[in-house]
Amino acid sequence: MKRSRRQFLKVASLSVLGLSAQLAGGAIVSAAEAPAYQPNEGGLKAGRWAMVIDTRGFETAADFEACIKACHQYHNVPNIPNNQEVKWLWTDKYEYVFPDDVNEHLSESVRSRDYFVLCNHCENPPCVRVCPTKATYKKPDGIVTMDYHRCIGCRFCMAGCPYGARSFNFANPRRYLDMGAINAEYPTRMMGVVEKCTFCVERLAKGQLPLCVEASEGRILFGDLSDPESEVRKALAENFTIRRKPSLGTQPGVYYII
Amino acid sequence: MYNTKYVIAGLVVFLALFTSPFWLNMGKASYQRPELALPADAKECIEPVDYMRAEHMQILDTWRDQALREGKRTYVATDGKVWNVSLQNTCMKCHANKADFCDKCHTTNSVNVYCWDCHVEPKGNQ
Repeated sequence: MKRSRRQFLKVASLSVLGLSAQLAGGAIVSAAEAPAYQPNEGGLKAGRWAMVIDTRGFETAADFEACIKACHQYHNVPNIPNNQEVKWLWTDKYEYVFPDDVNEHLSESVRSRDYFVLCNHCENPPCVRVCPTKATYKKPDGIVTMDYHRCIGCRFCMAGCPYGARSFNFANPRRYLDMGAINAEYPTRMMGVVEKCTFCVERLAKGQLPLCVEASEGRILFGDLSDPESEVRKALAENFTIRRKPSLGTQPGVYYII
Repeated sequence: MYNTKYVIAGLVVFLALFTSPFWLNMGKASYQRPELALPADAKECIEPVDYMRAEHMQILDTWRDQALREGKRTYVATDGKVWNVSLQNTCMKCHANKADFCDKCHTTNSVNVYCWDCHVEPKGNQ
């Protein structure tokens, strides 16, 4: 039987059509079967996470200690007794926390109080801009966090951060941790990486509030800045609040009620 | 051929060096897949065994990026089961015997992982 070119093309194009339809169908089926990653069901979500610290409620060292201990114990932050300390949440004097704002005749209670200091989770984080490996990054909900796997310890972020919120592990932090008593749910860090407060991003994913907020007994508020009904927005509307170094334009996410 | 004796001698030395791994290993026992301590109380891993054996490093890498960067901490396996995306809190809960599970294979294959520089290795060595 002699087949014309026309007939051959008809059969060939139909077979190609059928074959590709089968392949496409197979692809759709296998895509449906592929493993999927989802956000946790009970996780807390926000447009912009923010923290409001009522500094009037923190006076004695014991007030601060409970929050710092809760944070550092959970996150396996070592207690290093020299100037190479690692810290996520700590305290400092008024003139160092708010250097723009120093007024010679401040009220004695404001001047003499200590203030909580932590990563400000800025809207425009300089640390993220200068990190060459993208080990530190800003999440869509405003949390500036770190991927320690990718940190090469160049410390550009420490130079970039105007708040000194980052610590560098000059030594293996496990040397300064009681390895028998550490929190087995959370990793430690290794020598040569930078670390800082993460707004307890792993706890938010589980539907829990940050540890310092829980330990503060209502003196630290945490919530969604983009929601006018949130606790933090109400606190900001009702109280006079300041932020650290506002002139730098980093737009910190931590507010202080004075 | 010029310099025949040098060329031949050189070739012989080269061949001896090049094939030395074969000579050195001759007569030695062949590679044995190490006997691993499997989890006592879990029958199945998140995915089939063969897939896990070949791809666990890629899975861990993807898990890290999904959890940390995308905020997706729930893994729906191909069989529909749901897992928490966490090396320390999911993998190591079943594979609690690091020395006889992870290390045995990694040591045999000369793979040096640094997972446990940060992640807390499980205490339970059944």
